Amino acid sequence: MAALITHSPILIIAIPLLAAFLTLPIGMASKKARNALLIVSLAFVTFLVIILARDISINGIHIYTLGATSPELTLPGGAMVPIRIILEVDAMSIFMGIIWATVSLAAAIFSLSHMASETGQNRFYTLLLLMVTGGFGMMFTGDLFNLFVFLEIASISGAALIAFRTRFADAVEGGFKYIVISAVAGLIFLFGVGLLYAQYNSLNIGFLANAMQYSTLDIIALTLFLVALTIKTGMVPLHMWYPDSYTVAPANITAMLVITSHACMYAVFRICFSLYGITLDATTVGWIIVIIGLLTMFVGVTMAVFQTDVMRFMSYHAISQMGYMWMGVGVGLAVLGNPEALATYGRDAISGGIFHILNHAMYKPLLFMTAGALFHRTGTRDLNKMGGLGHNMKFTLILYIIGTLSIAGIPPLNGFASKFLIYESVYQFNPVLAVVAMLVSIITLASFTKAFQSAFTGPQLPEYKDVKEVPKPMLIGMGILAAGIIFTSIFPGLIVERIVNPATDALINQAAYVNGIMGGGMP
Amino acid sequence: MMEYIPLNFPFLAAALLVGISFYILIFKRNLIKLIMGIAILASGVNLFLVALGYRAGGNAPIYTDVPEGPMVLPVPQALTLTSIVINVAVLALMLTMVILIYRHTGSLDSEKSRKMKG
Amino acid sequence: MIESPSGFWGPVVWIIAAIVALLIAYFIQRRGEKAYKKGVQSETFLMGNPKLSEGETHVKAHNIYWGFFEGLKKYYVPTITAHTGIINDHLIWLIAGIAIVMIILFVAGGI
Repeated sequence: MAALITHSPILIIAIPLLAAFLTLPIGMASKKARNALLIVSLAFVTFLVIILARDISINGIHIYTLGATSPELTLPGGAMVPIRIILEVDAMSIFMGIIWATVSLAAAIFSLSHMASETGQNRFYTLLLLMVTGGFGMMFTGDLFNLFVFLEIASISGAALIAFRTRFADAVEGGFKYIVISAVAGLIFLFGVGLLYAQYNSLNIGFLANAMQYSTLDIIALTLFLVALTIKTGMVPLHMWYPDSYTVAPANITAMLVITSHACMYAVFRICFSLYGITLDATTVGWIIVIIGLLTMFVGVTMAVFQTDVMRFMSYHAISQMGYMWMGVGVGLAVLGNPEALATYGRDAISGGIFHILNHAMYKPLLFMTAGALFHRTGTRDLNKMGGLGHNMKFTLILYIIGTLSIAGIPPLNGFASKFLIYESVYQFNPVLAVVAMLVSIITLASFTKAFQSAFTGPQLPEYKDVKEVPKPMLIGMGILAAGIIFTSIFPGLIVERIVNPATDALINQAAYVNGIMGGGMP
Repeated sequence: MMEYIPLNFPFLAAALLVGISFYILIFKRNLIKLIMGIAILASGVNLFLVALGYRAGGNAPIYTDVPEGPMVLPVPQALTLTSIVINVAVLALMLTMVILIYRHTGSLDSEKSRKMKG
Repeated sequence: MIESPSGFWGPVVWIIAAIVALLIAYFIQRRGEKAYKKGVQSETFLMGNPKLSEGETHVKAHNIYWGFFEGLKKYYVPTITAHTGIINDHLIWLIAGIAIVMIILFVAGGI
């Protein structure tokens, strides 16, 4: 068990990678064995994430140096520079890891039925597992170049999965837009990595943070990182490709794409807090993030009300909800240099933003999956053509209601808990922020009511008389997420105390992150 | 001043490549040309990375018995190799999708072949 | 129970309060009108016009909030036009974004 915990960071990345390439030969032999492999490998990864999370909550940052005699040996033989590939998992990384493990497991179970009628399923699951690898890699790496590599792994497999149903013209278009944006953003990111390497001759985040001077080149690199990563999270005004891609993907893939965009958001936080940290012009960057967060919220939600395609409508909501997290964390970043304000409301604002990531990562995949369930049974995404589906799809209806109430921030669901933390802390920074956030929440509820009314309520339409409830695996996939929502709703205090606040402190405490690498020079 | 120009020449070339690719990405509506633009951007970034590791008169970092003198940094070369491999995959995937887009819509123009907006 | 800088949120307390409020509402509702006739008063009444078929009574998605969009036309028309869906336009925003953020950071940094 101790060895399993020690090696768990690399196992979490390696097991899906190995399973990805086993999927094809095993899938050719037996479909059942392939499905079992998929579920068992993801369930095992989830287990590893949980024991690693427990270990981190007890022993602090977990370092894993690839190829070293001992995994903690970051600076072998008294070297000044970490030369090996290092995975650094702290409370924030494992927080994202828990989300990614849960959602990918739920999405995989969901896809067993949702994709059952498609051809080329072996390749579908290969790509899905590769995407899981990419996501975990982004969350766990302590190295800027590996961040780029895993970002590209997640992007390439994600784009291929978006365009997987090649018989639809719009699916291919969405996949193409995703890969073009990802490729350009990835190359710009790599350019920024090169700029930092040129100055400090290292790629390790901890080492760079120690040496960081915030020179002109560093500012250019920061800009490149910020813009390249935020375009992948769909920040307004860089969001326009986002609904196009997310709409056309299979619903389970959209659910996972939401989390990869959270992983990019995590990378932004990591770069702002851990890489630049104290040297950063925190007020300016914080204000940029806050203002763009406000814009993201507002434009996202107003565009969402207008949509009639159910997946597109939810994609715009995904953009809009990202704004809350940007705003919460942005306020925290803006007061990073002011210990008093940070203690009074800054830390709570960051906690609210991070807690909202967790909640959003549960209700948004759930909503995307209910949209996928509607598509599965009706064959259309157009809300204008739907109606009265609640008569036949009762479980989907209940799951949709849970998701809706949560995203709209209706008490006592978890969406309210995190929005509450955000409202009550950002208004001390600037009251306007809280007002806009509440307005957006109201429009969110209004637009979800619209989708609810047009899809589920009303008399049974003649063309949907024979619609049946979706198959069990889809319900189980959605049920996992709904159970998560209800648990978080009833015990928000437990979640905030055990996993959100440690993640916030891990972000704020740059010295601990640096010390993880630079203090690891055991003889 | 003049002696710096040959050393900085690769960086100027990289900047030029990135500039050309930005021009293509903004103004060329043909999807194949767009992909070429991304390939040029990739070359520019790769050239930048390789040039970073170059030390004037250095040896290639492939010996175990190193001759006297400075050695070229090996890390950027490893980065560039990885980046090239990734870009091959990305470009292949993009070209596949362009074929499919052409089959579905009969157009390679980014405006005419688009189905989604708003 | 989570604590924010200016208050707290406890869902269990809230749920108990909500249940109590629902019970009160239920008792008030039970004391209500006894003369309610089932079947007659719950039927659709369209100003004496003949009843529509089932599909026709359902309000379709794009008709909902029509007035909202009409009232905010000044905001919606330019915003929707900006979402062209052309990949080049998305890339223009990306490059412009880099330029703008860089200018802001340099101006604020005083370099």
